[in-house]
Amino acid sequence: MGDKLCILDYGSGNVGSVFNMFSTIMDRVVVSNRPPDLISSTHIILPGVGAFGSAMEKIKKTIPLDVLEEEVLRKGKPFLGICVGMQVLADKGFEFGECKGLGWISGTVEKMESGDFSLPHVGWNNIEVSRQTKLFEGLSDNQDFYFVHSYVFKEKNSNDAAAKTDYGEKFTSVVARDNIFGVQFHPEKSQKAGRIILKNFLDIK
Amino acid sequence: MKKKRLIPVLLLKNGWLVQSREFKFYRNLGNPVDAVKRLNEWVSDELIYLNISKEEVYDIRRDDQNYPNRCSFEEIIADVSKATFMPMTVGGRIGNLNNIEKLLSLGADKVSINSKALEDKKFIEQSAREFGSQCVVVSIDAKIINGKYIVMSQGGSKETLYNPVEWAKTVESLGAGEILLNSIDRDGMKNGYDIDLLAAVSDAVKIPVIACGGVGEWAHFAEALQKTKVDAVAAANIFHYIDQSVYLAKKYLYEEGCNVRPCDLMPA
Repeated sequence: MGDKLCILDYGSGNVGSVFNMFSTIMDRVVVSNRPPDLISSTHIILPGVGAFGSAMEKIKKTIPLDVLEEEVLRKGKPFLGICVGMQVLADKGFEFGECKGLGWISGTVEKMESGDFSLPHVGWNNIEVSRQTKLFEGLSDNQDFYFVHSYVFKEKNSNDAAAKTDYGEKFTSVVARDNIFGVQFHPEKSQKAGRIILKNFLDIK
Repeated sequence: MKKKRLIPVLLLKNGWLVQSREFKFYRNLGNPVDAVKRLNEWVSDELIYLNISKEEVYDIRRDDQNYPNRCSFEEIIADVSKATFMPMTVGGRIGNLNNIEKLLSLGADKVSINSKALEDKKFIEQSAREFGSQCVVVSIDAKIINGKYIVMSQGGSKETLYNPVEWAKTVESLGAGEILLNSIDRDGMKNGYDIDLLAAVSDAVKIPVIACGGVGEWAHFAEALQKTKVDAVAAANIFHYIDQSVYLAKKYLYEEGCNVRPCDLMPA
Protein backbone atom coordinates (compact mmCIF):
# COMPACT_ATOMS: atom_id res chain seq x y z
CA MET A 1 0.00 0.00 0.00
CA GLY A 2 1.38 3.38 -1.01
CA ASP A 3 0.55 6.85 0.16
CA LYS A 4 -3.00 7.94 0.61
CA LEU A 5 -4.01 11.57 0.84
CA CYS A 6 -7.09 12.82 2.63
CA ILE A 7 -8.26 16.31 1.65
CA LEU A 8 -10.49 17.37 4.50
CA ASP A 9 -14.03 18.04 3.36
CA TYR A 10 -15.82 20.87 5.15
CA GLY A 11 -17.44 22.66 2.22
CA SER A 12 -14.45 24.80 1.31
CA GLY A 13 -14.57 26.34 -2.17
CA ASN A 14 -11.21 25.24 -3.52
CA VAL A 15 -11.45 21.51 -2.83
CA GLY A 16 -11.94 20.80 -6.53
CA SER A 17 -8.74 22.56 -7.58
CA VAL A 18 -6.71 20.92 -4.81
CA PHE A 19 -8.10 17.53 -5.77
CA ASN A 20 -7.38 18.11 -9.48
CA MET A 21 -3.76 19.01 -8.77
CA PHE A 22 -3.12 16.00 -6.52
CA SER A 23 -4.80 13.68 -9.01
CA THR A 24 -1.96 14.44 -11.39
CA ILE A 25 0.57 13.41 -8.72
CA MET A 26 -0.90 10.31 -7.07
CA ASP A 27 -3.71 7.76 -7.36
CA ARG A 28 -5.12 7.55 -3.87
CA VAL A 29 -6.71 10.89 -3.08
CA VAL A 30 -9.97 11.21 -1.18
CA VAL A 31 -12.02 14.25 -0.24
CA SER A 32 -13.55 13.22 3.04
CA ASN A 33 -14.31 13.96 6.68
CA ARG A 34 -14.96 10.36 7.69
CA PRO A 35 -12.81 9.00 10.53
CA PRO A 36 -11.81 5.82 8.60
CA ASP A 37 -10.34 7.99 5.82
CA LEU A 38 -8.46 10.18 8.29
CA ILE A 39 -7.06 7.10 9.98
CA SER A 40 -6.12 5.17 6.81
CA SER A 41 -4.51 8.14 5.04
CA THR A 42 -0.80 8.83 5.24
CA HIS A 43 -1.09 12.59 4.59
CA ILE A 44 -3.77 15.15 5.42
CA ILE A 45 -4.58 18.47 3.73
CA LEU A 46 -6.82 21.23 5.03
CA PRO A 47 -7.79 23.43 2.07
CA GLY A 48 -9.45 26.81 2.45
CA VAL A 49 -10.81 30.00 0.99
CA GLY A 50 -12.92 32.61 2.72
CA ALA A 51 -13.01 34.05 6.21
CA PHE A 52 -11.41 32.62 9.35
CA GLY A 53 -14.61 32.57 11.42
CA SER A 54 -16.85 30.86 8.89
CA ALA A 55 -14.11 28.34 8.02
CA MET A 56 -13.64 27.46 11.72
CA GLU A 57 -17.36 27.13 12.20
CA LYS A 58 -17.67 24.70 9.29
CA ILE A 59 -14.58 22.77 10.40
CA LYS A 60 -15.99 22.28 13.89
CA LYS A 61 -19.32 21.21 12.46
CA THR A 62 -18.08 18.70 9.89
CA ILE A 63 -14.62 17.40 10.82
CA PRO A 64 -14.11 14.97 13.73
CA LEU A 65 -11.47 17.06 15.49
CA ASP A 66 -10.66 14.42 18.11
CA VAL A 67 -9.74 11.93 15.37
CA LEU A 68 -7.81 14.59 13.43
CA GLU A 69 -5.82 15.66 16.49
CA GLU A 70 -5.04 12.04 17.33
CA GLU A 71 -3.67 11.48 13.79
CA VAL A 72 -1.76 14.76 13.45
CA LEU A 73 -0.72 15.79 16.95
CA ARG A 74 -0.14 12.38 18.52
CA LYS A 75 0.67 10.06 15.62
CA GLY A 76 2.57 12.79 13.77
CA LYS A 77 0.93 12.39 10.36
CA PRO A 78 2.16 15.02 7.86
CA PHE A 79 -0.40 17.82 7.69
CA LEU A 80 -0.63 20.80 5.33
CA GLY A 81 -3.01 23.73 5.67
CA ILE A 82 -3.62 25.92 2.62
CA CYS A 83 -4.61 29.61 2.86
CA VAL A 84 -7.38 29.77 5.50
CA GLY A 85 -6.42 26.15 6.22
CA MET A 86 -3.07 27.55 7.39
CA GLN A 87 -4.61 30.46 9.28
CA VAL A 88 -6.86 28.28 11.45
CA LEU A 89 -3.73 26.61 12.85
CA ALA A 90 -3.36 29.77 14.98
CA ASP A 91 -4.84 30.31 18.46
CA LYS A 92 -7.27 32.91 17.21
CA GLY A 93 -8.32 35.08 14.29
CA PHE A 94 -9.85 38.54 14.03
CA GLU A 95 -11.69 38.50 10.70
CA PHE A 96 -15.30 39.59 11.34
CA GLY A 97 -14.82 39.41 15.11
CA GLU A 98 -12.59 37.32 17.33
CA CYS A 99 -12.71 33.58 16.78
CA LYS A 100 -10.79 30.65 18.26
CA GLY A 101 -8.58 28.58 15.95
CA LEU A 102 -7.14 25.07 16.26
CA GLY A 103 -4.17 26.42 18.24
CA TRP A 104 -1.66 23.94 16.79
CA ILE A 105 0.86 26.67 16.00
CA SER A 106 0.77 29.48 18.49
CA GLY A 107 -0.16 32.87 17.03
CA THR A 108 -2.94 35.11 15.80
CA VAL A 109 -4.39 35.99 12.41
CA GLU A 110 -4.73 39.71 11.78
CA LYS A 111 -5.52 42.08 8.94
CA MET A 112 -2.53 42.93 6.74
CA GLU A 113 -0.98 46.34 7.03
CA SER A 114 -0.30 46.78 3.36
CA GLY A 115 0.08 50.57 3.30
CA ASP A 116 -0.55 51.92 -0.19
CA PHE A 117 -1.20 48.50 -1.68
CA SER A 118 -4.82 47.50 -2.18
CA LEU A 119 -6.37 44.58 -0.34
CA PRO A 120 -7.00 41.76 -0.87
CA HIS A 121 -3.46 40.81 -1.81
CA VAL A 122 -4.17 38.96 -5.05
CA GLY A 123 -1.55 37.77 -7.48
CA TRP A 124 1.89 36.25 -7.86
CA ASN A 125 4.41 37.15 -5.20
CA ASN A 126 7.64 35.57 -4.12
CA ILE A 127 8.52 33.93 -0.83
CA GLU A 128 11.80 34.49 0.98
CA VAL A 129 12.84 31.32 2.74
CA SER A 130 13.90 32.03 6.31
CA ARG A 131 14.26 28.42 7.41
CA GLN A 132 14.77 25.43 5.15
CA THR A 133 12.14 22.71 5.33
CA LYS A 134 11.49 19.67 3.17
CA LEU A 135 8.68 21.57 1.44
CA PHE A 136 11.14 23.82 -0.37
CA GLU A 137 13.38 21.13 -1.85
CA GLY A 138 14.13 21.82 -5.49
CA LEU A 139 12.79 25.39 -5.38
CA SER A 140 14.75 28.61 -5.54
CA ASP A 141 14.71 30.85 -2.44
CA ASN A 142 12.60 33.46 -4.18
CA GLN A 143 9.99 31.35 -5.88
CA ASP A 144 6.70 33.01 -6.88
CA PHE A 145 3.34 31.67 -5.78
CA TYR A 146 -0.27 32.73 -6.21
CA PHE A 147 -1.85 34.53 -3.23
CA VAL A 148 -5.43 35.63 -2.43
CA HIS A 149 -5.94 36.98 1.10
CA SER A 150 -6.29 40.04 3.34
CA TYR A 151 -5.36 38.50 6.69
CA VAL A 152 -2.00 37.14 7.79
CA PHE A 153 -0.55 34.72 10.32
CA LYS A 154 1.45 36.32 13.16
CA GLU A 155 3.29 33.50 14.87
CA LYS A 156 4.24 33.80 18.53
CA ASN A 157 7.42 31.81 18.18
CA SER A 158 9.49 33.20 15.28
CA ASN A 159 10.99 29.78 14.70
CA ASP A 160 7.62 28.54 13.42
CA ALA A 161 7.90 30.79 10.35
CA ALA A 162 9.67 29.20 7.39
CA ALA A 163 9.17 31.90 4.74
CA LYS A 164 8.11 35.53 4.46
CA THR A 165 6.55 37.57 1.66
CA ASP A 166 6.57 41.32 1.09
CA TYR A 167 3.38 43.25 0.33
CA GLY A 168 3.58 46.58 2.09
CA GLU A 169 4.56 44.60 5.18
CA LYS A 170 6.59 41.42 5.44
CA PHE A 171 4.21 38.70 6.46
CA THR A 172 4.65 35.00 7.18
CA SER A 173 3.77 33.01 4.07
CA VAL A 174 4.85 29.56 5.28
CA VAL A 175 4.73 28.07 8.79
CA ALA A 176 6.31 24.77 9.73
CA ARG A 177 6.63 22.89 12.97
CA ASP A 178 7.52 19.18 13.08
CA ASN A 179 4.92 17.41 10.91
CA ILE A 180 2.62 20.45 10.61
CA PHE A 181 2.89 22.83 7.66
CA GLY A 182 0.87 25.79 6.45
CA VAL A 183 1.11 27.88 3.30
CA GLN A 184 -0.68 31.20 2.81
CA PHE A 185 -0.54 30.92 -0.98
CA HIS A 186 -2.43 28.49 -3.20
CA PRO A 187 -0.08 25.76 -4.44
CA GLU A 188 -2.94 24.26 -6.45
CA LYS A 189 -2.99 27.47 -8.53
CA SER A 190 0.77 28.00 -8.61
CA GLN A 191 1.60 25.76 -11.54
CA LYS A 192 4.92 23.97 -11.46
CA ALA A 193 6.21 25.54 -8.25
CA GLY A 194 2.97 24.63 -6.48
CA ARG A 195 3.18 21.10 -7.73
CA ILE A 196 6.73 20.77 -6.40
CA ILE A 197 5.61 21.91 -2.94
CA LEU A 198 2.77 19.40 -2.91
CA LYS A 199 5.05 16.60 -4.11
CA ASN A 200 7.58 17.49 -1.42
CA PHE A 201 4.81 17.35 1.15
CA LEU A 202 3.94 13.82 0.04
CA ASP A 203 7.61 12.85 0.35
CA ILE A 204 7.52 13.67 4.05
CA LYS A 205 6.94 10.46 5.97
CA MET B 1 7.33 41.94 -4.43
CA LYS B 2 4.09 41.32 -6.27
CA LYS B 3 4.59 40.65 -9.96
CA LYS B 4 3.00 42.08 -13.07
CA ARG B 5 1.02 39.47 -14.93
CA LEU B 6 0.90 38.22 -18.50
CA ILE B 7 -2.53 36.82 -19.34
CA PRO B 8 -3.77 34.98 -22.42
CA VAL B 9 -7.43 35.64 -23.17
CA LEU B 10 -9.39 32.85 -24.79
CA LEU B 11 -12.52 33.83 -26.66
CA LEU B 12 -15.19 31.19 -26.96
CA LYS B 13 -17.95 31.50 -29.48
CA ASN B 14 -20.52 28.73 -29.54
CA GLY B 15 -18.04 26.40 -27.90
CA TRP B 16 -15.17 27.09 -30.26
CA LEU B 17 -12.02 29.01 -29.60
CA VAL B 18 -12.01 32.00 -31.94
CA GLN B 19 -9.94 34.95 -33.03
CA SER B 20 -11.66 38.33 -33.01
CA ARG B 21 -11.21 41.64 -34.83
CA GLU B 22 -12.96 44.86 -33.79
CA PHE B 23 -15.58 42.72 -32.00
CA LYS B 24 -17.01 41.99 -35.47
CA PHE B 25 -15.07 39.38 -37.36
CA TYR B 26 -14.31 35.91 -36.03
CA ARG B 27 -12.18 33.01 -37.11
CA ASN B 28 -12.38 29.50 -35.67
CA LEU B 29 -9.18 28.30 -33.96
CA GLY B 30 -10.31 24.91 -32.71
CA ASN B 31 -10.82 23.13 -29.42
CA PRO B 32 -10.63 25.23 -26.22
CA VAL B 33 -9.46 22.39 -23.98
CA ASP B 34 -6.44 21.67 -26.15
CA ALA B 35 -5.57 25.36 -26.08
CA VAL B 36 -5.60 25.56 -22.31
CA LYS B 37 -3.31 22.58 -21.99
CA ARG B 38 -0.86 24.25 -24.31
CA LEU B 39 -1.02 27.59 -22.52
CA ASN B 40 -0.70 25.95 -19.12
CA GLU B 41 2.55 24.33 -20.14
CA TRP B 42 3.79 27.66 -21.36
CA VAL B 43 3.43 29.30 -17.95
CA SER B 44 0.91 32.03 -18.27
CA ASP B 45 0.23 33.86 -15.00
CA GLU B 46 -3.49 33.50 -15.35
CA LEU B 47 -6.12 32.70 -17.95
CA ILE B 48 -9.20 34.62 -18.97
CA TYR B 49 -12.03 32.79 -20.70
CA LEU B 50 -14.71 34.94 -22.26
CA ASN B 51 -17.88 33.55 -23.72
CA ILE B 52 -18.71 35.87 -26.61
CA SER B 53 -21.53 33.78 -28.03
CA LYS B 54 -24.58 35.77 -29.00
CA GLU B 55 -26.87 32.79 -28.55
CA GLU B 56 -26.93 29.65 -26.41
CA VAL B 57 -25.51 27.22 -28.92
CA TYR B 58 -22.39 25.29 -28.02
CA ASP B 59 -21.03 22.64 -30.26
CA ILE B 60 -17.58 21.18 -30.47
CA ARG B 61 -18.71 18.02 -32.16
CA ARG B 62 -16.06 18.22 -34.83
CA ASP B 63 -13.55 17.19 -32.18
CA ASP B 64 -15.54 14.22 -30.97
CA GLN B 65 -12.81 11.75 -31.67
CA ASN B 66 -11.03 12.96 -28.56
CA TYR B 67 -13.69 14.70 -26.53
CA PRO B 68 -17.29 14.02 -25.72
CA ASN B 69 -19.74 16.47 -27.21
CA ARG B 70 -20.28 19.52 -25.00
CA CYS B 71 -23.48 21.41 -24.91
CA SER B 72 -22.85 24.33 -22.57
CA PHE B 73 -20.21 26.90 -21.72
CA GLU B 74 -20.26 25.56 -18.14
CA GLU B 75 -19.32 22.08 -19.29
CA ILE B 76 -16.45 23.50 -21.31
CA ILE B 77 -15.23 25.44 -18.25
CA ALA B 78 -15.46 22.34 -16.06
CA ASP B 79 -13.28 20.48 -18.55
CA VAL B 80 -10.82 23.32 -18.83
CA SER B 81 -10.43 23.70 -15.07
CA LYS B 82 -9.23 20.10 -14.82
CA ALA B 83 -6.36 20.94 -17.12
CA THR B 84 -5.36 24.25 -15.60
CA PHE B 85 -3.39 24.89 -12.42
CA MET B 86 -3.40 28.64 -12.41
CA PRO B 87 -5.94 31.33 -11.62
CA MET B 88 -8.78 31.43 -14.10
CA THR B 89 -11.23 34.26 -14.81
CA VAL B 90 -14.40 33.40 -16.65
CA GLY B 91 -16.84 35.85 -18.16
CA GLY B 92 -19.52 36.53 -20.71
CA ARG B 93 -23.29 36.32 -20.42
CA ILE B 94 -23.28 36.63 -16.63
CA GLY B 95 -26.68 37.90 -15.59
CA ASN B 96 -27.28 36.80 -12.01
CA LEU B 97 -25.60 35.59 -8.82
CA ASN B 98 -26.40 31.96 -9.65
CA ASN B 99 -24.33 32.22 -12.82
CA ILE B 100 -21.38 33.36 -10.70
CA GLU B 101 -21.81 30.69 -8.08
CA LYS B 102 -21.96 28.05 -10.79
CA LEU B 103 -18.78 29.24 -12.52
CA LEU B 104 -16.87 29.41 -9.23
CA SER B 105 -17.99 25.92 -8.31
CA LEU B 106 -16.71 24.67 -11.66
CA GLY B 107 -13.22 25.93 -10.90
CA ALA B 108 -13.21 29.61 -11.90
CA ASP B 109 -11.36 31.86 -9.41
CA LYS B 110 -12.90 35.09 -10.65
CA VAL B 111 -15.72 36.11 -12.90
CA SER B 112 -15.76 38.96 -15.37
CA ILE B 113 -18.94 41.02 -15.53
CA ASN B 114 -19.71 43.54 -18.27
CA SER B 115 -23.16 44.38 -19.63
CA LYS B 116 -24.99 43.31 -16.48
CA ALA B 117 -22.92 45.75 -14.42
CA LEU B 118 -23.85 48.59 -16.79
CA GLU B 119 -27.51 47.66 -16.64
CA ASP B 120 -27.61 47.34 -12.88
CA LYS B 121 -24.80 48.86 -10.82
CA LYS B 122 -26.04 47.16 -7.65
CA PHE B 123 -25.10 43.83 -9.19
CA ILE B 124 -21.41 44.65 -8.66
CA GLU B 125 -22.04 45.38 -5.00
CA GLN B 126 -24.10 42.24 -4.52
CA SER B 127 -21.50 40.05 -6.23
CA ALA B 128 -18.66 41.50 -4.16
CA ARG B 129 -20.57 41.06 -0.93
CA GLU B 130 -21.58 37.50 -1.76
CA PHE B 131 -18.31 36.18 -3.19
CA GLY B 132 -15.64 38.72 -2.17
CA SER B 133 -14.06 41.54 -4.19
CA GLN B 134 -11.15 39.30 -5.14
CA CYS B 135 -13.36 37.35 -7.52
CA VAL B 136 -15.24 40.24 -9.13
CA VAL B 137 -13.65 41.56 -12.31
CA VAL B 138 -15.51 44.24 -14.21
CA SER B 139 -14.74 44.23 -17.88
CA ILE B 140 -14.87 47.58 -19.69
CA ASP B 141 -15.05 47.76 -23.49
CA ALA B 142 -14.06 51.25 -24.65
CA LYS B 143 -14.48 52.77 -28.08
CA ILE B 144 -13.63 56.18 -29.49
CA ILE B 145 -16.74 57.86 -30.87
CA ASN B 146 -16.46 61.39 -32.24
CA GLY B 147 -13.09 61.77 -30.56
CA LYS B 148 -14.32 60.69 -27.11
CA TYR B 149 -13.93 57.45 -25.21
CA ILE B 150 -17.26 55.76 -24.61
CA VAL B 151 -17.98 52.59 -22.63
CA MET B 152 -19.84 50.09 -24.80
CA SER B 153 -22.12 47.29 -23.68
CA GLN B 154 -23.61 44.14 -25.23
CA GLY B 155 -20.35 42.93 -26.76
CA GLY B 156 -19.45 46.35 -28.10
CA SER B 157 -22.75 46.88 -29.90
CA LYS B 158 -24.45 49.45 -27.66
CA GLU B 159 -23.28 52.88 -26.51
CA THR B 160 -23.61 53.87 -22.88
CA LEU B 161 -23.44 57.27 -21.20
CA TYR B 162 -20.20 56.50 -19.38
CA ASN B 163 -16.63 57.36 -20.15
CA PRO B 164 -14.12 54.68 -19.10
CA VAL B 165 -12.43 56.68 -16.30
CA GLU B 166 -15.65 57.62 -14.63
CA TRP B 167 -17.06 54.09 -14.97
CA ALA B 168 -13.83 52.56 -13.61
CA LYS B 169 -14.04 54.75 -10.50
CA THR B 170 -17.67 53.82 -10.06
CA VAL B 171 -17.05 50.08 -10.23
CA GLU B 172 -14.13 50.39 -7.83
CA SER B 173 -16.31 52.16 -5.29
CA LEU B 174 -18.95 49.44 -5.66
CA GLY B 175 -16.48 46.70 -4.72
CA ALA B 176 -15.00 45.42 -7.99
CA GLY B 177 -11.62 43.82 -7.33
CA GLU B 178 -10.14 44.32 -10.75
CA ILE B 179 -10.81 45.92 -14.14
CA LEU B 180 -10.33 44.28 -17.51
CA LEU B 181 -9.95 47.18 -19.93
CA ASN B 182 -10.42 46.46 -23.60
CA SER B 183 -10.11 48.81 -26.57
CA ILE B 184 -12.58 47.87 -29.28
CA ASP B 185 -10.73 50.03 -31.81
CA ARG B 186 -7.51 48.10 -31.23
CA ASP B 187 -9.07 44.61 -30.99
CA GLY B 188 -7.27 42.36 -33.47
CA MET B 189 -5.49 45.28 -35.15
CA LYS B 190 -1.95 44.40 -33.93
CA ASN B 191 -0.99 48.09 -33.67
CA GLY B 192 -0.42 48.09 -29.92
CA TYR B 193 -2.44 48.97 -26.84
CA ASP B 194 -4.26 52.27 -26.56
CA ILE B 195 -1.73 53.68 -24.09
CA ASP B 196 -3.70 56.88 -23.40
CA LEU B 197 -6.74 54.86 -22.40
CA LEU B 198 -4.70 52.53 -20.17
CA ALA B 199 -2.88 55.40 -18.50
CA ALA B 200 -6.05 57.38 -17.82
CA VAL B 201 -7.89 54.47 -16.23
CA SER B 202 -4.98 52.99 -14.29
CA ASP B 203 -4.18 56.43 -12.84
CA ALA B 204 -7.76 56.88 -11.71
CA VAL B 205 -8.17 53.68 -9.63
CA LYS B 206 -6.25 51.77 -6.99
CA ILE B 207 -7.48 48.32 -7.98
CA PRO B 208 -5.52 46.37 -10.62
CA VAL B 209 -6.20 47.14 -14.28
CA ILE B 210 -5.66 44.47 -16.93
CA ALA B 211 -4.78 45.87 -20.35
CA CYS B 212 -6.33 44.26 -23.41
CA GLY B 213 -6.66 44.87 -27.13
CA GLY B 214 -4.17 45.49 -29.90
CA VAL B 215 -1.02 43.52 -29.15
CA GLY B 216 0.88 42.63 -32.30
CA GLU B 217 4.38 42.12 -30.90
CA TRP B 218 6.03 41.50 -27.52
CA ALA B 219 7.19 45.11 -27.28
CA HIS B 220 3.57 46.22 -26.96
CA PHE B 221 3.32 44.34 -23.64
CA ALA B 222 6.45 46.06 -22.35
CA GLU B 223 5.22 49.46 -23.49
CA ALA B 224 2.04 49.19 -21.39
CA LEU B 225 3.96 47.99 -18.32
CA GLN B 226 6.57 50.72 -18.66
CA LYS B 227 4.34 53.67 -19.56
CA THR B 228 1.23 53.03 -17.47
CA LYS B 229 0.27 51.70 -14.05
CA VAL B 230 -1.54 48.62 -15.36
CA ASP B 231 -1.09 45.51 -13.22
CA ALA B 232 -1.38 42.99 -16.03
CA VAL B 233 -1.12 42.76 -19.78
CA ALA B 234 -3.49 40.52 -21.69
CA ALA B 235 -3.92 39.49 -25.29
CA ALA B 236 -5.73 36.86 -27.29
CA ASN B 237 -4.79 36.47 -30.93
CA ILE B 238 -1.02 36.77 -30.66
CA PHE B 239 -0.75 33.74 -28.37
CA HIS B 240 -2.38 31.34 -30.79
CA TYR B 241 -0.11 31.57 -33.80
CA ILE B 242 3.36 31.34 -32.32
CA ASP B 243 4.82 28.20 -30.82
CA GLN B 244 5.74 28.65 -27.12
CA SER B 245 4.20 32.11 -27.34
CA VAL B 246 3.58 32.83 -23.66
CA TYR B 247 7.02 31.62 -22.70
CA LEU B 248 8.68 33.81 -25.31
CA ALA B 249 6.64 36.85 -24.35
CA LYS B 250 7.46 36.32 -20.67
CA LYS B 251 11.14 35.87 -21.37
CA TYR B 252 11.13 39.07 -23.40
CA LEU B 253 9.48 41.05 -20.59
CA TYR B 254 11.87 39.65 -18.00
CA GLU B 255 14.87 40.54 -20.09
CA GLU B 256 13.43 44.02 -20.66
CA GLY B 257 13.50 44.48 -16.89
CA CYS B 258 9.75 44.30 -16.32
CA ASN B 259 8.65 43.04 -12.91
CA VAL B 260 7.33 39.65 -14.04
CA ARG B 261 7.85 36.11 -12.78
CA PRO B 262 11.28 34.86 -13.84
CA CYS B 263 11.57 31.98 -16.26
CA ASP B 264 13.61 29.59 -14.09
CA LEU B 265 10.95 26.92 -13.77
CA MET B 266 9.78 27.19 -17.31
CA PRO B 267 9.67 24.01 -19.33
CA ALA B 268 11.99 23.38 -22.24
